[in-house]
Amino acid sequence: MGDPRGFLKTRRGKEAYRAPAERVGDYRELVVPPADAELRAQASRCMECGIPFCHKGCPLGNLIPEWNDLVYRGKDDLAVQRLLETNNFPEVTGRVCPAPCEASCVLNLDGEPVTIKAIERRIAEDLRGHLEPVIAREKTGKTVAVVGSGPAGLACAQELARKGHDVTVLERDDRIGGLLRYGIPDFKMDKAMIDLRMVQMQAEGVRFETGVNVGVTVTAAELTRRYDAVVLCGGARKARDLPVPGRELSGVCLAMDFLTQQNARVAGDVVPDETAILATGKRVVVLGGGDTGSDCVGTSFRQGARSVTQLELMPKPPLVRMPENPWPEWPLVLRTSSSQEEGAARDWAVSTRALGGESGAVTHLEAARVTFDGRTMREIPGATLSIPCELVLLAMGFVGPEREGLLTQLGVTLDARGNVVSDASGRTSVPGVFVAGDMGRGQSLVVWAIADGRRVAAGVDAYVRQQRLAVGA
Amino acid sequence: MLARRVNLPHSADGMPLPPRQGLYDPSFEHDACGLGFVADLNKEPTHGTVEKGLEILRRLAHRGAAGCDPCTSDGAGVLLQIPHAFLERVTSRRGLELPNAGDYGVAQAFLSRDPTRRAAEMRALEDAVRYHNQKVIGWRDVPVDATVLGPLARSSQPVFKQLFIARMCNAAVFERTLFMIRKRAGRMAAQAGLFDFYLASCSSRTVVYKGLALPELLHLFYTDLAADDLRSTLALVHSRFSTNTFPTWERAHPYRRIAHNGEINTLRGNQNWMGAREAMLDSDKFGEHIGDFKPIIRAGGSDSASLDNVVDFLVAGGRSLPHVMMMLVPEAWDGTSPEEDPQKRGFYEYHASLVEPWDGPAALLFTDGQLIGATLDRNGLRPAKYVITRSGLVVVASELGVLDFEPEDILEKGRLQPGKMFLVDTAAGRVVGDEEIKRQVSGQQPYSEWVKDNKIELSSLPDATPPPPMTPEARALLLAAFGYSREDLGVLLTPMAQVGEEPTGSMGVDTPLAVLSDRPQLLFRYFKQQFAQVTNPPIDPIREELVMSLASAVGGEGNLLEETPRQARQLELPHPFVTSRELARLTRNSLPDFRVTVLPTLFEARPSAHAAAHEALAAALDELCAAASRAIDAGSSVLVLSDRGVDPGHAPIPSLLAMAAVHHSLIRAGKRSRAGIVVESGEPREVADLALLLGYGAGAVCPYLALEAVADLSAAGDVTVDAKTAATNYVKALKKGLLKVLSKMGISTLSSYQGAQIFEAVGLGSGVVERYFAGTSSRIGGIGLAEIAAETLARHARAWPTPGTAAAASAGRELDVGGVYAWRATGERHLWSPETVASLQKAVRLEDARSYEEYARLINEQGDRPITLRALWDLRAGGPAVPIEEVEPAAQIVKRFSTGAMSFGSLSKEAHENLAVAMNRIGAKSNSGEGGEDPARFVREPNGDSKRSAIKQVASARFGVTTHYLVNADELQIKIAQGAKPGEGGQLPGPKVDAAIAKVRHSTPGVTLISPPPHHDIYSIEDLAQLIFDLKTVHPRARVSVKLVSESGVGTIAAGVAKAHADAIHIAGHDGGTGASPLSSIQHAGTPWELGLAEAQQVLVMNGLRGRVRLLVDGQLRTGRDVAFAALLGAEEFGFATAPLVAAGCIMMRKCHLNTCPVGVATQDPVLRAKFTGTPEHVINYVFFVAEELRQLMARLGFRTLDEMIGRVECIVPRKDVRHPKARLLDFADVLRVPDRQGPLRYEPGVADATDDAPGDLSREIGSTGGFEVKSPDLPISLFNPSGTVLDDEMLDAARLSLKYGEPTTMSLVIQNKDRAFGAKLAGEIARKRGAEGLPDGTVVVEATGTAGQSFGAFAVRGMLLVLEGDANDYVGKGLSGGVLAIRPPARARFRADQNVIVGNTVLYGATSGKAFFAGRAGERFAVRNSGAVTVVEGVGDHGCEYMTGGTVVVLGLTGKNFGAGMSGGIAYVYDEDSHFARRCNGVTLELDPVVPGGQDEALVLALLEEHVLHTRSVKAQRLLKDWPTTRARFVRAIAREYREALAKLEAVRAHG
Repeated sequence: MGDPRGFLKTRRGKEAYRAPAERVGDYRELVVPPADAELRAQASRCMECGIPFCHKGCPLGNLIPEWNDLVYRGKDDLAVQRLLETNNFPEVTGRVCPAPCEASCVLNLDGEPVTIKAIERRIAEDLRGHLEPVIAREKTGKTVAVVGSGPAGLACAQELARKGHDVTVLERDDRIGGLLRYGIPDFKMDKAMIDLRMVQMQAEGVRFETGVNVGVTVTAAELTRRYDAVVLCGGARKARDLPVPGRELSGVCLAMDFLTQQNARVAGDVVPDETAILATGKRVVVLGGGDTGSDCVGTSFRQGARSVTQLELMPKPPLVRMPENPWPEWPLVLRTSSSQEEGAARDWAVSTRALGGESGAVTHLEAARVTFDGRTMREIPGATLSIPCELVLLAMGFVGPEREGLLTQLGVTLDARGNVVSDASGRTSVPGVFVAGDMGRGQSLVVWAIADGRRVAAGVDAYVRQQRLAVGA
Repeated sequence: MLARRVNLPHSADGMPLPPRQGLYDPSFEHDACGLGFVADLNKEPTHGTVEKGLEILRRLAHRGAAGCDPCTSDGAGVLLQIPHAFLERVTSRRGLELPNAGDYGVAQAFLSRDPTRRAAEMRALEDAVRYHNQKVIGWRDVPVDATVLGPLARSSQPVFKQLFIARMCNAAVFERTLFMIRKRAGRMAAQAGLFDFYLASCSSRTVVYKGLALPELLHLFYTDLAADDLRSTLALVHSRFSTNTFPTWERAHPYRRIAHNGEINTLRGNQNWMGAREAMLDSDKFGEHIGDFKPIIRAGGSDSASLDNVVDFLVAGGRSLPHVMMMLVPEAWDGTSPEEDPQKRGFYEYHASLVEPWDGPAALLFTDGQLIGATLDRNGLRPAKYVITRSGLVVVASELGVLDFEPEDILEKGRLQPGKMFLVDTAAGRVVGDEEIKRQVSGQQPYSEWVKDNKIELSSLPDATPPPPMTPEARALLLAAFGYSREDLGVLLTPMAQVGEEPTGSMGVDTPLAVLSDRPQLLFRYFKQQFAQVTNPPIDPIREELVMSLASAVGGEGNLLEETPRQARQLELPHPFVTSRELARLTRNSLPDFRVTVLPTLFEARPSAHAAAHEALAAALDELCAAASRAIDAGSSVLVLSDRGVDPGHAPIPSLLAMAAVHHSLIRAGKRSRAGIVVESGEPREVADLALLLGYGAGAVCPYLALEAVADLSAAGDVTVDAKTAATNYVKALKKGLLKVLSKMGISTLSSYQGAQIFEAVGLGSGVVERYFAGTSSRIGGIGLAEIAAETLARHARAWPTPGTAAAASAGRELDVGGVYAWRATGERHLWSPETVASLQKAVRLEDARSYEEYARLINEQGDRPITLRALWDLRAGGPAVPIEEVEPAAQIVKRFSTGAMSFGSLSKEAHENLAVAMNRIGAKSNSGEGGEDPARFVREPNGDSKRSAIKQVASARFGVTTHYLVNADELQIKIAQGAKPGEGGQLPGPKVDAAIAKVRHSTPGVTLISPPPHHDIYSIEDLAQLIFDLKTVHPRARVSVKLVSESGVGTIAAGVAKAHADAIHIAGHDGGTGASPLSSIQHAGTPWELGLAEAQQVLVMNGLRGRVRLLVDGQLRTGRDVAFAALLGAEEFGFATAPLVAAGCIMMRKCHLNTCPVGVATQDPVLRAKFTGTPEHVINYVFFVAEELRQLMARLGFRTLDEMIGRVECIVPRKDVRHPKARLLDFADVLRVPDRQGPLRYEPGVADATDDAPGDLSREIGSTGGFEVKSPDLPISLFNPSGTVLDDEMLDAARLSLKYGEPTTMSLVIQNKDRAFGAKLAGEIARKRGAEGLPDGTVVVEATGTAGQSFGAFAVRGMLLVLEGDANDYVGKGLSGGVLAIRPPARARFRADQNVIVGNTVLYGATSGKAFFAGRAGERFAVRNSGAVTVVEGVGDHGCEYMTGGTVVVLGLTGKNFGAGMSGGIAYVYDEDSHFARRCNGVTLELDPVVPGGQDEALVLALLEEHVLHTRSVKAQRLLKDWPTTRARFVRAIAREYREALAKLEAVRAHG
């Protein structure tokens, strides 16, 4: 710990963004990294707790106190190493993680946690100097297929390659990255990061095959025959839909389709006008108050929306923690994202009843105000509202992995929610087939996906090594 | 040797102690005592001298003890010259004809009561006499009157006979022949299985009468002693206090040559080394009989008996008695400059290469029948006073006042000083001074020349090139292979390298014991340091550095019975840590007679398929030991055990295993003393590791990898000093840490620590222990070589993984994360985890039982990831389940709970008071900790709450321990040790001492407060009894408890404490939390409470003492299940510290020592204190959750009340489903043993007085706890005083009106040394009735004459004036709280008051206010920890004003050494008579200034001198006043720099404010 009294001297720094007026004009990242001195001052606030709750709060078990100290002491190279020890892609989590670490930071008892995420992001800035491939010392000759190149798949593939296995990543899109690539807007994360990682992983021995839709282009059976192990990292991509009258109207779209298109545009692809979903000049309603919803809000503003309204079914959270939700639990409080700051109107406890339209195009949204009694929702009689709009984006979360194709062909056991059942090492009901990330746990955070990828890689490693022993015996 | 001793509980020449059973081990027994001698300088033997000796015994009765049977003493005895006239008379009646005096010997025999066996014993003795060609004259029955014995003593009483042996040899060798006869007879008897046979003495000069009679009745038991013609010119007496109640006649003192008060705490090492030397012994004096003397130290003897064995042997071997005493118990000579006394220094230096000191607090009396003397060890912690009269009598005793003399007859009164000798030559009829005798002994041989010519110093050897520095890659691999974690580097080594200090931490240990950990543990981690408690004091190695020495001699020893220059041929190191370069110098030396052999300590890391790893390890150990033996045969003087060369194919043998294996195999082979052993290893890194290597016999250690790592920290910029400084700092930290480890056990010199094995093992299997660590206690078994090999290879594999594993494929070789000092997800497991803290806090805040259940489940159900021993146990019902409604209510149960001793100062005011309020609301108890308490808290709050701590602690620093504080307690707890740092003191740095803390601690803001390691009034068990007596006197209604820390042997200590009349004994686990402690102490000292509690329970039950005391336990108790186990193991009450803090908001930051606690619990920073959010309800909710959980268990187990549960150890069963590979090896049979019932299993009110004629109902409820049966013991205080009454009672009666109306009272009385704690009872009454203010000055005036007992004027309060004409013993004015004391010599005295001792040691200890005037000199540690008293004295001994923080001390004469050590406040004015005061000052913190004319200082000193004259009529003061200007010029003011600055600051504030 650099400065035992640092937290008493320095207040929590607020993450700096480019000014809204400026940033909505482009898709470049909006965070302004702190200056060195400020960063070190922020790092000095870390108290190196006897029980670092942050370290527990982080699904990856990032060694937060250790690298905070290294940053404070200006040992940036070591800080990167320490970070990479537990986290394959800090450049990603440093940008998109909601930072449960900060929620459980001891200084969050006073609402002023260490700016762990900003420090992580800043450490990851120095990554370019640390992207030399980590080549395994011994090759096992074992082959593993990783299906899906989202954060779980990439982390799993990298770990396996570093343990000496021959890994092939199969991705059905044209570029690797999954949700990282197409789900997260560029203003939150510059996609060049993923390409740099791909180069590194290729050097480490990972083969990437894009445009391969397992279950379609190649059968699951072929996969299990060709590889010693298969890891399913296909995510939980089935979006929750809105079964109300008017859902079929044009201008009512799934958030992911909207975001994917824009990310492709930024990447230089041309999106044909007939399929284009654009907010330009429109009044936009975003249904869903989560991260995806926020991404839709920010993207809409950048496309030149006339207005953006974001509706959330659940009631407005309190501004401060409630006693029954004590530290170090995740605080259920009102949060305002950078995108929301850019000018979105927000409303809560609103349930959409119908979408109205003219000529097959949406023109307004009918909704009712609701209250909750425990888990049961009740409409408030007479409290209805109608919101004029030309674009409705459905960002209400995901209900589970896509079953058709891959999962059906493999015949892996699914749980009640449709997620693939697995044990602690990621083994599914089918021998040699593992699952990592959202496909196993359901919709979750990137940081959990990376953690899963690492955990399951260890399971796969043990499995294929044992296989060799079995064969040898 | 220890192993034999442990396995042979029956001493070969004596009565049995019980054999080892359960956790009881007879080798843990201790004793302490009172002793004295009287010698007549008139050369004429008289019966009067004998009577005087017996009178001393009577007057020292309070220093001895009685066990569960009050008429059986622990032993008493007297040693006399052979009373020829008497023996001639009584033997002639039986037809025996004695030769002339001196021409025959008397064997005083204890014989079996079985006639057949007795006959065999007598035959054995007679045979031995004949074997040595002497003549048997005949036997005499020694008449005794057994009716004066208690039943226990009677039941074991041997038959006493004297055998007379006629001299048939040269007079010069007769005494030695008698010695040889005694040895042979003992040996022959033992061989014949005659274990009852014992010779109390066998000499032509002396005879010993001793036994288990009460000291005051000894002369009635041995009727010989009453005979008028039983005459002697000397009488040496001893009254014993032992820690057990087992009647053992031979353990009474005196022994044949010595009597001893105190404890030899280096005993195990001394025994081991004597055993090792036996093979080398050779003497023409003993010839072929030498075999009869082996082992020199007989199995089963006490420390004193062992020392007596050695003294006896060496004297018989031809050295004089003073010579032997000087070599075995040397004074502190290491620190003296060689010029000071080269001859004496040479003597000590030479003998240091022959024998290590027998160290310990020891007052030793010794005699050979002509010379009689006394000596104190270098620390001088046992009292010994002497009086020489004009009529030619010399008396030495533990106390003054053991004999009455007319004042005008007294020629000189004094005290023995540390390391000094006092000798009387009865033949010459004169006293021989220390200097004279030592000059004579040290002049016998040219010792200093021998040393100069032979001693080897490293610097004198030619320089040699060390192995080249490692490449970073090689170093990284080795660090991994030796199991270094990042914490080892960052937490341990960094602060050592940066500032040369051991790292500090807080909040205890909650990680698994090594044997329960899943991570490969260094073998070091299976050992726990032992420490001194009660029976001997730890030392302060910083403030009392002058007695400490880390010097280490490496090389072969010679024949102990010879004196030749060759024996000094050893390498002498200033300390035992050597660098690679220094080691190279040693190994490459070219001295032909000092050869060094390097032995590799490696084993095959990848043994071939057919050999298991542990076989490879075992084979390597065998080869290593064989190679060591061969090297010695080939003439090597030094063996270097080196693990250099670790590589992919070779793993290091754990260095401790290698060291201990070689050490013990060489001892067994009789070769150990022929060579020194140096360990060169990459493994040791922290102090505990190095201490272990030394403790198992290493002469020096080169921790080469740690040194490399430290250099690398510098290169990497992790420390800001250069590599060389970093290494120097690291070694400095090791030295300091090692001194601390030694001090914990009260050991001063490394040479007596080496090989002393002051450790116990936890989790090590008996196979390994017996083979490699013989003599080490390991209570629960555990791992063997297989696990040790596996863990070593697991570390090795971190560097060089097995090919084909994931680790081998991975490119990175990061060091292990650690996770011991702070929680890490992938690190070591902790009981306090994010989950447990969060769920407990949620539970108490929301009163959410589900969250508590979650918390309790996480703690209780450790499954295959055990952390605590109790996790390996299950509960078994003691009867049919009972309905939960019938189980005693939680509100009743919680009254047995208390919160831990945490001081205000370590905790914030808010947190501290919160605990008190919570506990008081529910009738439980909070503990003040050792920082005093604001009197405002003694008054109830308007809302009915009370912030008063029911338990008030009395700790070594006595901070804030005023009379008013004491009387406002329900329980007074004497803290002997604390779990986090047993055997250590503490320090509150000046900046942390704010106004509030300073106020309650009676000190000055900004001035550092130091807690000494020992209580300076408890150096032994009878001292503890005295303090208990003091506290009971000042506050008769309080329960007095004594807090101990679990370690093996704690049961024996507990028995002693029970005998010292404590009401409750508190056993703390090693894991307890703390504000700040060295990490090595937190981690590596003490054992879990399960072991200590079980042992205490077993030993107390065995001794029939359990019914007298309550047992309390604490140490990471967290749940109801924990409490259930504690109750079943024998605890009646339960302490919680960390958990209530967590309930109130602590989140285990472990930053208490930095004052940055972010939740306001452990900080004094107002900003942070404001963040405290805890409430009493949080704490109350917690304890009720615990109680309710406990009730559920009680219902299931079939107990309706907790009382039914206590001690029902049969309800605990070891789990059978343990799969943990190491944990399943543990064996709890000894821990869970049901003791052979000797008495009750739990506290039984009334038991204590059952055997006394106590009046019927004296029990009183006390304090605020109401219903719970916390009663004071049902004993009047007078019963603790052998004299039967307390003089205070008379005084109290006389002062009745003063107490009630404040009217003045004056009284006169006569006082004796048995009248102890005089004034304390009245003081307590006044404080209770009149509060902190007391009475107006001089309201009660007492004029006493005589010699006062210990603790005269203790705790005297304002309004009391005690004037004593005579003298007083130790602890005068202890805890003085406003009273005035004056002691002056009798008017008729003819000795010079200012040159004679008038008060004993440790005067004004912990005084907070008041005045004291002493017209004479004082002993050691005058005004130690004084924080406010004003005093004038005419001379003081060593360590004057130690740790003083306030008050004024005027010394009108010479001071001893080390004046003002650790003195951070107060002012001393010293009349510098010989201008050498500065030299005797501990100059670290003090400033010395003249007293300038006209200043405040002058006025103050003048006024005090005048007051001194007024109270004492001091001749010296009057003389000094007469020529004041000259006097003033000689006065020196000594003040701590820090204090002067703090005063200036206060003055500035006052001026501005």
